[in-house]
Amino acid sequence: MLNFSDLLPYTDLLLQGLGVTVLLTLYSTLGGVAIGTACAAGRHYGGPKMRWLIGSYVELIRNTPFIVQLFFIFFGLPAIGLKLTAWEAGLLAMLINLGAYSTEIIRAGLAATPKGQIEAARVLGLSSKQILFRVVLNPAFEKIYPALTSQCIIVMLGSAVVSQISVMDLTYAANLIQSRNFRSFEAYLVVAGMYLLFAILMRQLFEWTGRRLFRHRRVGA
Amino acid sequence: MIDFSNWDLLRNLLLATRWTIALSLTAFVGGALVGLLLTAMRLSGRSILRWLVRVYVEVFQGTPLLMQLFLVFFGLSMLGLDISAWAAAAIALTCFTSAFLTEIWRGCIDTLPKGQWEASRCLGLSFSQILTRIILPQAVRVALAPTIGFSVQVVKGTALASIIGFVELTKAGTMLNNATFEPFKIFAMVALIYFALCYPLSLASQKMEKKFNGAR
Repeated sequence: MLNFSDLLPYTDLLLQGLGVTVLLTLYSTLGGVAIGTACAAGRHYGGPKMRWLIGSYVELIRNTPFIVQLFFIFFGLPAIGLKLTAWEAGLLAMLINLGAYSTEIIRAGLAATPKGQIEAARVLGLSSKQILFRVVLNPAFEKIYPALTSQCIIVMLGSAVVSQISVMDLTYAANLIQSRNFRSFEAYLVVAGMYLLFAILMRQLFEWTGRRLFRHRRVGA
Repeated sequence: MIDFSNWDLLRNLLLATRWTIALSLTAFVGGALVGLLLTAMRLSGRSILRWLVRVYVEVFQGTPLLMQLFLVFFGLSMLGLDISAWAAAAIALTCFTSAFLTEIWRGCIDTLPKGQWEASRCLGLSFSQILTRIILPQAVRVALAPTIGFSVQVVKGTALASIIGFVELTKAGTMLNNATFEPFKIFAMVALIYFALCYPLSLASQKMEKKFNGAR
C-alpha cells in the first residue's frame, strides 16, 4: 500500500525545500533573538510608555495564531501600500513572532539578575559595556538558554505554515509532490521525518553552542 | 461582488468562531484525557511503556502541527475511512495537545520529592492510590497555571484546521476576504477575535502562577 519509490525523483525538490526551511530558521533565530534582547531590555529598563508599547506587542503576538499574522502581513499590508514577496512576508512574520516570545523569555532572565549585582560591578569599576555583556546578558542568557532553544524549535516547526503563501519551503515541496503523484501520505510522512530530524539536530546544535558560550561560568554548579 | 457591511463581516466571523471554540474544547478535553493516560503509563514503572510515551512526545513535539494534520487527514482516508476535516482536525489536535500536556505534567510531577512515592509504598498504598491520593492532588496545584497557559496554544493551533478546509475563524476570514478583497480589515478583525479568546486565558494563567509562587 505504501510506496515510497515514487518520491525518489523528487529528492532535489525536497532538499531545496529543506534548504529554504533551514535558511528561514537561521535568519529568524538570529533576528528574532536580537529583537527579543532589545525589547526585553526596553521592557525591563525603559520608561512606562516604552514598557506598555513592548508589552502590547508581546501580548498581541502571543495571543494570535501565526497563520493569521502571516496572512495579515502578506495579504493585509499590500492593501495599505506595503508590498512584500512571499519570502519576505514569511521571514518577517517569523521574526516578529519569535521576537515577541523571546522578549518574554529574555526578560525573565534579566529579572533574575539582582540589582545589587549591577551596583557591585559598578563599584568594582567595570565599564557599562562590560557590565552589560558580562554581568547582565551572559548570566541571563545562560539561565534562559533551554527555554530559548525550545522556542526557536517551535518557530522552526511553525514555519511549515509559510507554505500557505507559496514560500517554497519543505512543506511546499510535500504539497507539490503529492499534487503530482498523489502519494500524499508518503510525501507528508517523509517530510514529517525530515522536520523531526532537523528539530533533533537543532537541539543538539544549540546544546553544543551553549556549552561553548557559557563555558567560563558555572552558576550554581 | 457582494457588499458586506462591517457588521456583516463581524457577524459572520463570530458565527465561525463557534467552530473555533468547539474544536478547541474538543482538542483540549481529548488531549487532557489522553495526556492523563500517557502520564499514568509513564509513572507505571514499566520501561517499555515509559519508552513509548517518550517516543510519542518526541514525535509530536518534533514535527509541525500542520504535518500531523495532513498525515491524519490523508492517512486515514488512505485506509479507506471517509474522514471529515472536522474529525481529522480533532484527532490531530488531540494528539498534539496530549503530547505537550504530558510533557508539562511530567515537569510538575517531578517537582514532588521522590520520598513521597517511597513513603506511600512503605505504607502499603497501591499504585493507583498513590497516584490519586498523594501525587495528583499536589501536582494539580502546580500544573494548573501551565496547563491553562497551554490552552492558548490549542486555540491558536485550531487555526491550522483551515488549511485542510475546516471552516472555522481563519477559514471564514479567508473566504470573506475572497469575496470582499479587504484583507487588512478582515485579518485584523480575525486577529482581534483570537486575541479576545486567548488573552483572558493568558491572564488567568499568569495570575495563577503568581498566586502559586506566592503560596510557596
